[in-house]
Amino acid sequence: MRFFSPRLLLATSAVAGSLALLASNPHTPSVAPDPDNAGLKLPAGFGALKVAETGGRARHIAVTPQGIIYVKLNKVKDGKGILELKPQATGKATVTGGFGDYGGTGMYVKDGYLYASSDHNVYRYKLDAKGEVTDPNKGELLVRGLKVGSQHESKSIVLDNAGNLYVNIGAYANACQEQDRTRGSKGIPNCPILDSAGGIWQFKANQANQTYKNGTRYATGLRNVVGLDWNQQDNQLYVMQHGRDQLADNWPQFYNEKQSAVLPAECMYALKQGDNAGWPYTYYDQLQHKIMQGPEYGGDGKKEATGNYLAPAAAYPGHMAPDGLLFYTGTMFPAKYRNGAFIAFHGSWNRAPEPQAGYYVVFQPFVNGKPSGQWEVFADNFSGSAAKTAAGRADHRPCGLAQGPDGSLYVSDDSKGTIYRIVYNAKK
Amino acid sequence: MIFKQAFLALALAGGVLSLQAQHRPAPKKTAAKADPAMAASIKRGAVVYKNVCITCHQADGGGVPNMNPPLIKTQYVLGDKARLAHIVLAGLAEPIEIDGNDYKQHMPAQNYLTDQQVADVLTYVRNSFGNKASAVQVAEVKAVRATLPK
Ligand code: HEC
Repeated sequence: MRFFSPRLLLATSAVAGSLALLASNPHTPSVAPDPDNAGLKLPAGFGALKVAETGGRARHIAVTPQGIIYVKLNKVKDGKGILELKPQATGKATVTGGFGDYGGTGMYVKDGYLYASSDHNVYRYKLDAKGEVTDPNKGELLVRGLKVGSQHESKSIVLDNAGNLYVNIGAYANACQEQDRTRGSKGIPNCPILDSAGGIWQFKANQANQTYKNGTRYATGLRNVVGLDWNQQDNQLYVMQHGRDQLADNWPQFYNEKQSAVLPAECMYALKQGDNAGWPYTYYDQLQHKIMQGPEYGGDGKKEATGNYLAPAAAYPGHMAPDGLLFYTGTMFPAKYRNGAFIAFHGSWNRAPEPQAGYYVVFQPFVNGKPSGQWEVFADNFSGSAAKTAAGRADHRPCGLAQGPDGSLYVSDDSKGTIYRIVYNAKK
Repeated sequence: MIFKQAFLALALAGGVLSLQAQHRPAPKKTAAKADPAMAASIKRGAVVYKNVCITCHQADGGGVPNMNPPLIKTQYVLGDKARLAHIVLAGLAEPIEIDGNDYKQHMPAQNYLTDQQVADVLTYVRNSFGNKASAVQVAEVKAVRATLPK
């Protein structure tokens, strides 16, 4: 009851300092940020609220044009792998249902369908006129039998505007060594993993029961992609690669701990069909701005790669684990954010014994469909404190990103299952 | 592979034992203080830990959720020492669950470490992060190594 008192609602808005603006700006949402902005640190004029606590490992999320939120859980909870959340006038949402008896990562809404992935398959569900999955038992199996090993299992998904579905199939290795993650173990020539993983595969978005033989390896040499999105401005697929781990662990003769903590870069790639981003043979060194030969394949930390490999569109410090990518097309946020990219960095582990980093959402400005200018931290403090970030013991870990119909930015947390909503409430 | 079966049996038995062990208050023994050889082994083991294990299992031994398991009061750490040494020398490639988290990623073998280094790092782990257990001896590591394919 406490929550629904209109008086209290007004008071909360006043505390957030947005009451006057609420009335004066037609773009301003009718939702009030939490008094503490959900614990996040945001640029001036932005506010945040915790939309819901799902208690599940919330991976990617999607919001329908009507504002219904779908959350993909990494692990089935109470028999459900997908949660449905319906918004209330306050901007918060309640879990109203769930379906899909499989864990996974991918969640995407396009043209009247909800797309979801397990670590093996891709499914879709029809959305009705209210933007709801009315028949969750009638999921359509689109793609099945995708390769999954014991690492980089998640299959993230996105669609283009021409009826194609793009699926990441992560490489089930760190650097295609004879002995995975083992000190001094050489890389296998013509890495056999690349046949069926370590890249992005293209399938038809509306065809049931596809397997590898119906799909195309759209781009290769990508170790593991979790965050990906379709850029509507230049009609192109953008992906965020998780760069390889353990340069100093496995090649201490070439790298020290400090170098290994920040190298290699986490790269953003703009992909065209047939591109090869170089994994496992190469990695990108963001300090030297060079594509380097990997130590498993004759590199020594100094040797540049030879061969025709795709250069990244943008590069970020190592191991921060970009798990979500979203091109912002809304009008709620100020103009500088329009068509730029938000990136959810899940946070590092591979920097130990150096301090860990990440656990934040970054903004990468774009101009004319190309990254332009320095990235900046947009939403910080998911971890709870600088000390928790450094120790890698974050309270929350940002993973999925989605844009609401009003232009709000939604962020999921796959640690505690919190769903955040970031709104802009100052005058533009 | 008789050894493998024995190993599995031990693993199962260890599971039951450690479950019970977790509900018992930790014994208040300061083994390290009383035993200078063990104290020295722990000190050397800390260096090995930092050089080899820390990336995956982290400075606080807490691991990385759903990727690299914690080394805090697990049945593997506190249980049978031969099994523990086997994990370091031969790696581990079987899905395990600790505190409701799944760990599917494999642990690579660290068999380039000497018997002394393995004994030291395991003695360190068994007496850090809130763990308290007996030292692992070089001879115990050596015996496990002898069972592994060359
Ligand atoms: C490359 C990462 C990596 C490194 C380096 C590593 N481990 Fe592990 N370790 C793992 C993973 C992953 C597992 C779980 C394997 C499985 O479930 O099959 C594991 C499991 C274990 C276990 C059993 C499970 C538990 O949590 O009790 C122990 C004990 C252990 N490691 C100790 C060590 C020690 C000691 C070192 C250093 C000598 C070390 N590890 C180095 C990744 C690593």
